[in-house]
Amino acid sequence: MKKSIFYATAVIVMIAGSNLIYPALAGQPGKYPKHPDRAYAGHPPGTSLKLPTGFKVQVVADGLGASRHLTVARQGLIYVKLAKLKKGNGIIVLEDLNGDGKADKETGFGNYTGTGIYTKDGWLYASSNTDIYRYRLNERGEVIDTARAERIVTGLLDRHEHNSKSIVLDNKGFIYVNIGAYSNACQVQDRTKGSPGMNPCPILDSAGGIWQFRADKQDQSYGEGVHYATGLRNVVGLDWSQQLDQLFVMQHGRDQLFQLDPDLFNAKQGAELPAETLYALHKGDNAGWPYVYYDPFQKKKILAPEYGGDGKKTAGENAIDPLVAFPGHMAPDGLLFYTGKMFPEKYRNGAFIAFHGSWNRAPEKQKGYFVVFQPFANGKPAGNWEIFADNFAGTDTITSPAEALHRPCGLAQGPDGALYVSDDVKGTIYKITYDGK
Amino acid sequence: MNSMMITVYILLGAGAVCIGSQAPLAAADLLIPATHRAPGQTPVQRGKKVYEQTCMPCHQVDASGVPGMNPPLRKSPYVGGHSARLIGIVLQGLNDGVEIAGDTYSNPMPAFSTVLKDGEIADVLSYLRSHFGNKAGPISLAQVSRIRQILKNK
Repeated sequence: MKKSIFYATAVIVMIAGSNLIYPALAGQPGKYPKHPDRAYAGHPPGTSLKLPTGFKVQVVADGLGASRHLTVARQGLIYVKLAKLKKGNGIIVLEDLNGDGKADKETGFGNYTGTGIYTKDGWLYASSNTDIYRYRLNERGEVIDTARAERIVTGLLDRHEHNSKSIVLDNKGFIYVNIGAYSNACQVQDRTKGSPGMNPCPILDSAGGIWQFRADKQDQSYGEGVHYATGLRNVVGLDWSQQLDQLFVMQHGRDQLFQLDPDLFNAKQGAELPAETLYALHKGDNAGWPYVYYDPFQKKKILAPEYGGDGKKTAGENAIDPLVAFPGHMAPDGLLFYTGKMFPEKYRNGAFIAFHGSWNRAPEKQKGYFVVFQPFANGKPAGNWEIFADNFAGTDTITSPAEALHRPCGLAQGPDGALYVSDDVKGTIYKITYDGK
Repeated sequence: MNSMMITVYILLGAGAVCIGSQAPLAAADLLIPATHRAPGQTPVQRGKKVYEQTCMPCHQVDASGVPGMNPPLRKSPYVGGHSARLIGIVLQGLNDGVEIAGDTYSNPMPAFSTVLKDGEIADVLSYLRSHFGNKAGPISLAQVSRIRQILKNK
């Protein structure tokens, strides 16, 4: 009886806290701020996207299938990494020959599936779920020889769960790759009610973090890499901030607090906890997974129930805090710092985040399926995040993810400052531009 | 009807269920003692309840699954296919990266051998096999118990 009163009180405090105690903090958890002047944009066939006034959207290409991340070469060629081969190709090249925004030419190469793709200094980098390859680009941004993939990293863990290897480069010749934990909460039996957390978590020696490699050296693996950051359950969206010369990542928070511990959490808490979190990383950082999760209502790192937590006990004093906490389970799959000049000034050096959309909020309505914008000022988040591009799903209410017509995954910036978004349901590539009208 | 007649009927029912997959659901129902069942009047009601509490968070309300992560149970070759494989997956879990119709699903399925009783497994699988576009016969308690025993002896 005492226990139930305690938890009922805790819930009330949490709900009240989110609305009353921290009303002015950035990224208010549980709230989904609408853009003040949002309007339907364009309506090219197949899109129902809603964008702020002055922005337009075009469909660059359609029907590519599981389009994960994408990158745009300096000369304008678009490269898309596929999680499912299309006509035997895992990388699609899109070219807009007449400059109308729509791809007129589609070619492909690379007979492996994956998520990561990035261009830097005359090279195209692409990942499978175990390896990273690179290809030399010519003056026009084309791959010189698609048959000549130089394998720079190999043998990264792929145990199905969280196996995307997203990549980004810094300005000193290093490539960073996420190796997701093949687990939800490092239990002895993954996702099994009553199974305790392994202590220490053995997964962290080879996954659940970011690894750094040389971008120009062949066949590196764990032995040649630097274990750059740990305690990150799974990162799919990551970017290098040119302004701060620093790696930023979006973590997918753990699942199933309610299903695994119904005595401690109710269904609503299971849907809202923990936060999806943005971190600015330094070498050696630890974000705390699996021992702690971030509660956006208490604004604290909370000891995971698998390690003796009760939803209130804090822990992880040595772990870093997130810069921004977003609502739970929305699955941040793309992160991009905008450095272009096409969009209004407020977007410069701020972060776009593609939320693929949740599944672990059932029976609550699912959330996400949109691209948000988090304003930054002086290298720090400044003000609340807002939904930038909405309605990828094509419907207001999503009960299960399979209902979504499109799910945003990758983000890229074109040389003209346009924002590109990939969808991994149908493989629609969107180009978002601004003309101020 | 005395208790001996009921026993005989149950035994006959058990034989029918073990031999033929098209045994009437009522017979399978009778075989599941109350202590082994989820609450609910009919096997379908009980199976639906188990589905909603245990399976739905990952496989979703409409059994459509999560693309790339949790496989759909709608019109599923795994659900409608061989009962022993299906029961085995529920008891032991699965972490092989399932592929269905060219799409892969990467999240592991935990083992439910300690979470669900044999009767609950029979109920939920019978429910699944007769719903969400699946058309296959029910699964009996005896079938689940037999597979559990086989896996235990392995």
